[in-house]
Amino acid sequence: MMQIHIPTPLRPYSGKQPVVDVAAHTVAEALTALITQFPDLRKHLYTEQGKLRAFVNVYLNDEDVRYIDQKENAPVKDSDSISIIPSIAGGLPTTSAPSPATALTPEEMSRYSRHLILPEVGEAGQLKLKAARVLCIGAGGLGAPLTMYLAAAGVGTLGIVDFDVVEASNLHRQVIHGTSDVGRPKLDSAEDSLKAINPNVKIVKFETRLTSENAMQIFKDFDIIADGTDNFPTRYLVNDACVLSDKPNVYASIFRFEGQASVFGAAGGPCYRCLYPEPPPPGLVPSCAEGGVLGILPGLLGIVQATEVIKLILGEGEPLVGRLLLVDTLAMRFRELKLHKNPECPSCGAQPTVTSLIDYEQFCGLPSKSTPPAEMLNGIPQMQVEDLKRRMDAAEDLFLLDVREPYEFAIAQLGGHLIPLNDLPQRVRELDASREIIVHCKMGGRSQIAAEFLAQNGFKRVHNLAGGITAWSEKVDPNVPKY
Amino acid sequence: MLRIGQVQLEAIRQHGEAAYPEECCGILVGCTTEGLNNVVDAVAAENTRSDSAHDRYQIAPQELIHIQQQARRRGLDIIGFYHSHPDHPAEWSKTDLEEAHWLGCSYVITRVVGNVADNRADAVRGRAMETNSFLLTGTSEEDKRLEPEPVEVAAGVGVG
Repeated sequence: MMQIHIPTPLRPYSGKQPVVDVAAHTVAEALTALITQFPDLRKHLYTEQGKLRAFVNVYLNDEDVRYIDQKENAPVKDSDSISIIPSIAGGLPTTSAPSPATALTPEEMSRYSRHLILPEVGEAGQLKLKAARVLCIGAGGLGAPLTMYLAAAGVGTLGIVDFDVVEASNLHRQVIHGTSDVGRPKLDSAEDSLKAINPNVKIVKFETRLTSENAMQIFKDFDIIADGTDNFPTRYLVNDACVLSDKPNVYASIFRFEGQASVFGAAGGPCYRCLYPEPPPPGLVPSCAEGGVLGILPGLLGIVQATEVIKLILGEGEPLVGRLLLVDTLAMRFRELKLHKNPECPSCGAQPTVTSLIDYEQFCGLPSKSTPPAEMLNGIPQMQVEDLKRRMDAAEDLFLLDVREPYEFAIAQLGGHLIPLNDLPQRVRELDASREIIVHCKMGGRSQIAAEFLAQNGFKRVHNLAGGITAWSEKVDPNVPKY
Repeated sequence: MLRIGQVQLEAIRQHGEAAYPEECCGILVGCTTEGLNNVVDAVAAENTRSDSAHDRYQIAPQELIHIQQQARRRGLDIIGFYHSHPDHPAEWSKTDLEEAHWLGCSYVITRVVGNVADNRADAVRGRAMETNSFLLTGTSEEDKRLEPEPVEVAAGVGVG
């Protein structure tokens, strides 16, 4: 007979015996004999799938069974003993607090004096901020207040991922950029502003699109990720990369007058996929460029993100984990939804199916960036603006349908017939099904929906103008205003 | 309830101060009678989370096995664990609950704060603040919870 040592918490299920004698030839036989004798022990030791629970360590004498030859099939002698040892571990709420082993300079002492007198921050907290490394995805509407306040608060290292240049239409909300910065890379403009606020901050610039290929490499040198992007592929990419690298994802998004924020991927908390396992179909949710956004809204939400980042670094307060904050600026109401971790979440669930980064453009139903522009999308031919220009110049018989809103039409138009998308079902009789119809909107999303609607209603010669009037302005006629 | 001698309690707190800014951890050996966890010895353990010792702790299973064997030779058992929270309140964290698996055992947490002298990093010393104990209650992993438990400090040496 060999001995199995039972730890204190499991003794209620072993007849209070600290040591159980069993007859066995292998470790597996010994464990089977144990749970045959004490069936109540089974659920404490094994999962429903019959696997040893992750926190249960089984030791044969001094060796972890997982690391010995033959593992559970290793032979045992009567003089051997098996110990069942649940693991002992724990830790602080922050996933990665910085080492506080750096000091504040006298300049920093005076700069952060209003922080230093807060008991929740103090010198120890300020040192944590100084050692913290935060990565912001995007230096746009959300990224502007986010990075500016984090820099001002004394976060030591700020990484920024962005590849855009500053455009005039950014200036009403992206307060990190000024009028003279139009045309400059956003990263350079942001760096100047941040350095002007706080020269102590180290800025790490990543002038690239965040991709499945580079995300893990970029994330690895940061403690907290703040997602300030406005598209679904990047949002899912950031989420999955955060879950895979075990880093919290401080999230916000904005649309017109409303915004939402949460902290995803924190220990024990839900991730973005627990909330939205699948992206919406392309075109259903317009981007800010299509739908418009109140300029101060990203200011509000970016500062919510900055606040959550600082709290995570300090380990103070109640983080926005498992809660979705909903902000409606027209009503000026803040609401909160409880979010639950989905045990079957493909990303952070018990048995994740997302174990590496995937093609997120494809996942979100968009043509992959590496492939040429699609000629067809859901059965609708996609017309490029250059083709439209050529055919218009050749005076071909084309009917141009504009499905934007009247206020957009007033800003810029291509001479199309205006029927806003929502009115199309009632006004479809205005259209001649025998003619070749090219549908356009601002970016190509709403017009795709309109074209699909027309195709379903018997229109056979319908095209969608890829990229909409914005592409026209960029590639054909810059005199058409961009908005 | 947790009953602990002043000497053992002081040893736990000093261990936290010495380990600052990293987390310390250790094992409480004693006996349990009618819902009372009596500490006889507080045994310092090595924090094996050297990758992230400032915010994580872990005790090597081998060390647990040895301490369990030694305790059993004296007719005692492992009845709890202690660790420190550098610059964080002496309240259990989500990670603490997720990683706690010893139902019926006491989890003792001490807040340790940095005491900066002369604004010099190398002069940072830990100072133990409050110490709290939490009993891991419940019948299984699914319904376990950490509940605050009263701590009775016995003067002088520990009680057996």
